[in-house]
Amino acid sequence: MRCAVIVFPGSNCDVDCFYVLRDVLGQNTDYVFHKEKFSPNDFDLIVLPGGFSYGDYLRAGAIARFSNAMESVIRASEKGKLVLGICNGFQILLEAGLLEGAMMKNKDLKFHCHDVYLKVENNSTPFTKLYRENEIIRMPIAHGYGNYYASPETIEKLVTRKQIVFTYCDEEGNLTEKANPNGSVRNIAGICNENRNVLGLMPHPERCAEEILKNTDGKKLFESILEYTKGGLFGGNA
Amino acid sequence: MYKAEIKVFYKKGVLDPQGQAVKGALHHLGFLDVKEVRIGKIIFLTLETEDKGEAEEKVKEMCESLLANPVIEDYSFILLEEER
Repeated sequence: MRCAVIVFPGSNCDVDCFYVLRDVLGQNTDYVFHKEKFSPNDFDLIVLPGGFSYGDYLRAGAIARFSNAMESVIRASEKGKLVLGICNGFQILLEAGLLEGAMMKNKDLKFHCHDVYLKVENNSTPFTKLYRENEIIRMPIAHGYGNYYASPETIEKLVTRKQIVFTYCDEEGNLTEKANPNGSVRNIAGICNENRNVLGLMPHPERCAEEILKNTDGKKLFESILEYTKGGLFGGNA
Repeated sequence: MYKAEIKVFYKKGVLDPQGQAVKGALHHLGFLDVKEVRIGKIIFLTLETEDKGEAEEKVKEMCESLLANPVIEDYSFILLEEER
């Protein structure tokens, strides 16, 4: 699998993503600087890492979306290549219109940096195939703008098309208000597009992908992608 | 030259957590008659054009493509003619 990690000014999880893809999964991985362009066939997976691209000026992700690299990301996504946006990467995908909705400041106005429980709402995406449906997993979050919002009509559409992939829950899997760290609609932590090839999530799978970190729940996400690109789980693609 | 004063605010119905927090603080200070607080952004910019219609069109385009996010925000603006 050929992977790209896009580096924006202010990205700070790019090295972690690169490390997991190259060293933990052993895949061919490149950094792509935001000023660079690439062809849709250059990569099977493109990761937009977390951080504070352009200092979160104006709105988180608002300025990054106009970079050269993002133009290439949009074209690659249209060709069915996999795009994974983590945290700030999710915010950029929303601003770029690759995913629907918008991010607002956390409801309690605080920056949240701790582990959360997540429910895998949809395990038939290239990113989640190795999880069980409704599996409860644990991942760290670290964000101030994770309060996902979309109009009721959009939410309805996300629900019927099964585009809600991860939700915040308690240890038993209940979607309670208490388990929701940021006030997001329907406890949404991650969504995909209609074609299932673009996923955005606020939690950080790259921060829980190795035994030494005492949590490997995030590793399955990257392994799912790998299986998918090998054609192992969906009968061939990419 | 035209100077644009652009206001970007959360849409009605979108909860504004900063506004809520500031309202709480104002109540705490004894301003109990404060009913609603909305916090937004004001952006000033100057345009190198003599044509008001063109300035209006450009500012609208800027708001829709970058300055406001139509999913959660509304915008409004006024244009003021400026002497060079």
